[in-house]
Amino acid sequence: MTEMVYGTAPIRAGEPVLPRWWRTVDKWAMSCILMLFGVGLLLGLAASPPLAAKNGFDAFHYVERQVVFGTMALATMLVFSMMSPDLVRRLGVLGFFAAFAALALLPVFGTDFGKGAVRWYSLGFASVQPSEFLKPGFIVLAAWMMAAAQELNGPPGRAMSLGVALTVVLFLAFQPDFGQAALILFAWGVMYFVAGAPFLLLVGMAGAVVAGGTLAYEHSEHFARRIDGFLTPEIDPRTQLGYAVNAIQEGGFFGVGVGEGQVKWSLPDAHTDFIIAVAAEEYGLVLVAAIILLYAVIVIRSLFRLLRERDTFIRLAGTGLACTFAVQALINMGVAVKLLPAKGMTLPFVSYGGSSLIAGGITVGMLLALTRTRPQGEIGDILRLRGRA
Amino acid sequence: MIRTPLRPLARILQARARGENPAAIERENLALRHERMRDQARDRAEGRLLMLGVMFFAAFLVVGVRMGSLAASDPSEPRAATPGAAIVAQRADITDRNGNILATNLATHALYAQPPNMIEPGRVARELAAIFPDLDEADLLKDFTGKRKFLWIKKKISPEQMQRVHDIGDPGLMFGPREMRLYPNGRLASHVLGGSGFGREGVSSAEVVGRAGVEKAFDGWLRDPANGGQPLRLSLDLTVQAAVEQVLAGGMRLLDARGAAAVLMDAQTGEVVSLVSLPDFDPNERPRPLTKGDPSESPLFNRAVQGVYELGSTFKTFTVAQALEEGIVTPATMIETKGPLVWGRHRIRDFHNYGPQLSVTDVLVKSSNIGTARIVQRIGAERQRDFLGRLGFLEATGLELVEAPSGKPLLPPKWTEISMMTISYGHGLSASPLHLAAAYATVANGGYRVTPTILAGQGRRGERVISEATSAAIRTMLRQVVSRGTATLADVPGYAVGGKTGTADKPKPTGGYYKDKVLATFVSVFPANAPRYVLVVSLDEPEDRTGPEHRRTAGWTAAPVAGEIIRRAAPLLGLRPEIETAGGFGVTLAAN
Repeated sequence: MTEMVYGTAPIRAGEPVLPRWWRTVDKWAMSCILMLFGVGLLLGLAASPPLAAKNGFDAFHYVERQVVFGTMALATMLVFSMMSPDLVRRLGVLGFFAAFAALALLPVFGTDFGKGAVRWYSLGFASVQPSEFLKPGFIVLAAWMMAAAQELNGPPGRAMSLGVALTVVLFLAFQPDFGQAALILFAWGVMYFVAGAPFLLLVGMAGAVVAGGTLAYEHSEHFARRIDGFLTPEIDPRTQLGYAVNAIQEGGFFGVGVGEGQVKWSLPDAHTDFIIAVAAEEYGLVLVAAIILLYAVIVIRSLFRLLRERDTFIRLAGTGLACTFAVQALINMGVAVKLLPAKGMTLPFVSYGGSSLIAGGITVGMLLALTRTRPQGEIGDILRLRGRA
Repeated sequence: MIRTPLRPLARILQARARGENPAAIERENLALRHERMRDQARDRAEGRLLMLGVMFFAAFLVVGVRMGSLAASDPSEPRAATPGAAIVAQRADITDRNGNILATNLATHALYAQPPNMIEPGRVARELAAIFPDLDEADLLKDFTGKRKFLWIKKKISPEQMQRVHDIGDPGLMFGPREMRLYPNGRLASHVLGGSGFGREGVSSAEVVGRAGVEKAFDGWLRDPANGGQPLRLSLDLTVQAAVEQVLAGGMRLLDARGAAAVLMDAQTGEVVSLVSLPDFDPNERPRPLTKGDPSESPLFNRAVQGVYELGSTFKTFTVAQALEEGIVTPATMIETKGPLVWGRHRIRDFHNYGPQLSVTDVLVKSSNIGTARIVQRIGAERQRDFLGRLGFLEATGLELVEAPSGKPLLPPKWTEISMMTISYGHGLSASPLHLAAAYATVANGGYRVTPTILAGQGRRGERVISEATSAAIRTMLRQVVSRGTATLADVPGYAVGGKTGTADKPKPTGGYYKDKVLATFVSVFPANAPRYVLVVSLDEPEDRTGPEHRRTAGWTAAPVAGEIIRRAAPLLGLRPEIETAGGFGVTLAAN
């Protein structure tokens, strides 16, 4: 009767977008990311005034920029996390080609900001580092190729993705930006590992990495100096690393107090590469442990959600994104505590930097999109198991 | 349930036989194979993902544990100086010879304003003027509302004042930490310490620099971090300095003198135990130098070191000592003292008429100008100059105060015969009381040259100037000056004080001498038999008006003050009075 009077109610093909997103997204990981961003702002308040003072801006100039970029990054993350895996794949692949073109054109249009490596495009109000955007794109592309290779009569995706990886690494090594190059190689390796690399090959690759490292040590002075600095047991207190270790020791368990830290005045990279030292000095081990816990929760939860994933592409891409994110954080913190040789790498979502923040937003956005709960044929499994029993 | 056939082609063959399309079966077979493969890959990936998860967990754990172990350890290296605090304060303390603090540092704050941040300039100006009465509200308001972005309001404020400024609660008022120099004993030893002020000033710190005295002379040493906070130990004795200062100030007031100076010196080493110049000042609030008038009238002027005066009859000792040393006379040699002695247009007179002749001892004891002039005539100008030079009268004392080089003796332009005669009794050559103390120490200590020093443990005996025998003879004479001569008021029982008075008419700035203004000096050596200390007391224009006639001579003015100083200071210096032992009771002790 009602239908006769008012017409039929419109039929919805599925659940509305936002409720479905809310139901399926990994809320724990997302909360951890938001908290990391908050911690980044808190530390920016502590770490960036010396830089602002040096460059003649207001004390919290960089914090304001961080808020702007962070909001953009969070928006990017939300948008990406609502996408379907197919859309993520398409955008990722397109993004890869765009970023690769930008990377290839760096020697022509890029600037080095006096730091000795041409890694940035200067846009006036901000600078863009294409290699940051290249990483998520590359991971998606490689995952797509590897997933395709697992199809019967599929293309030789593994070899192709290796070729792409080596090309990108070559371009990055020319900048030179060995850190990003290593991350690209690592991402490819981790995906290849999950895609079913033979163990013999993995051992061989480990050997190749050692050989390559030795070669680089012998032929690149830049590289050799850093390794030497790492291998000496005592820390020269005037190096960046010396200041960082000293700051962590000064901080102790509860820190020297908000705003009381000294290391930010001595370290030129206190707001980026050594932000963890600022955190350790002012807030102590408590905050550092919290930061480590946040990263661990994001990464391990994502990996465990991917365990159940049936779609090869999603599994591979998710693994690559989560592991790159984790390794970047690990390297940054490992350097500050002298577990790893000195290598400039930002702490994702915490360090200051527009490109790094937005690229981080894209990475975790894609990761959240890929780790959303989807039907994984559980009923079929149950039925099959019952049938076998 | 669907069973997978052992031979997939069999089904196709059967289907062909039945005339069906085998493609569907082929696709199904393919799909099944495909699914099996994916299941296999998924199982493998599951294991490897678990491995990755554990690996990352372990890696995060390692980083966390390493952070924890670092946080639990102490920083091994002291932190390097940060660029923000370029001015390093921390000045070494100054102590007396026994380690009592003479100068130290105190943490305090400076108050400055940043008018652009100020919310209520009017109220701030009013309340600041209430806290600091020396500030003017209108001036402050003008500064706060003008174009200035930064201004110092107070260099040093007390904690109470700081709290009251905090209570104003305006963000435009800021505090800069300061380390200020504190002289806890106030005016005591002010001329030795000198004083200090702020040098380069920054918001976060300011450097303290010495302005005068040892603070300036040892500025570099006091600021040198290499000394490790070790204090500068002076040869002064705080208690003795206090006693000398108090007695001298009392004497100066009673005798209505314009100024006074005293030097107490170790006769053997030349270490200055006490050095006083009056009027003095408080080094915590060092006054500004006088812009007009005679700088030697300023409280900042160190009369004992900077001031050079004609020291009068105290010089007779040197004339007699030289004559004895060169074998020209013996203490008993008789010298003609009939006056006046006429030399050219000069006439040399005595204070009293001492008869036709006196022994050399009595020339000194009674202080005869004529006798001294006659003795020096036998010595000669060249040798007198040379002898005074060896006593240190031809150059500034080497005392470690910045003021010492300005205390350069005034010598006659040409050392003529008449200069020689006047210098023999202390006119025509001006020297500082410190010069006099060092020279008396040299003459009395057995003949070794003494160089004054203000640092503890730095004193050394120099070369021999006169022989031990001459020194002993001089000591006997000096003792007689006090026991039966011009300075009987300086006698202190038990300490065998020896000394010599000197009353010099003050020279007029226009030339000639005042008749009624004198500089009265008394130099004493005690104990005279084995000299330990030399004390110089010098009073500027003293006058004893207690008797029927006004008395200005040193025997009536400087000598009693010196006696009182010795009475007070000698026990503090650890000297035992030698009390004559009473005779026995007439009992003869006999041993069996």
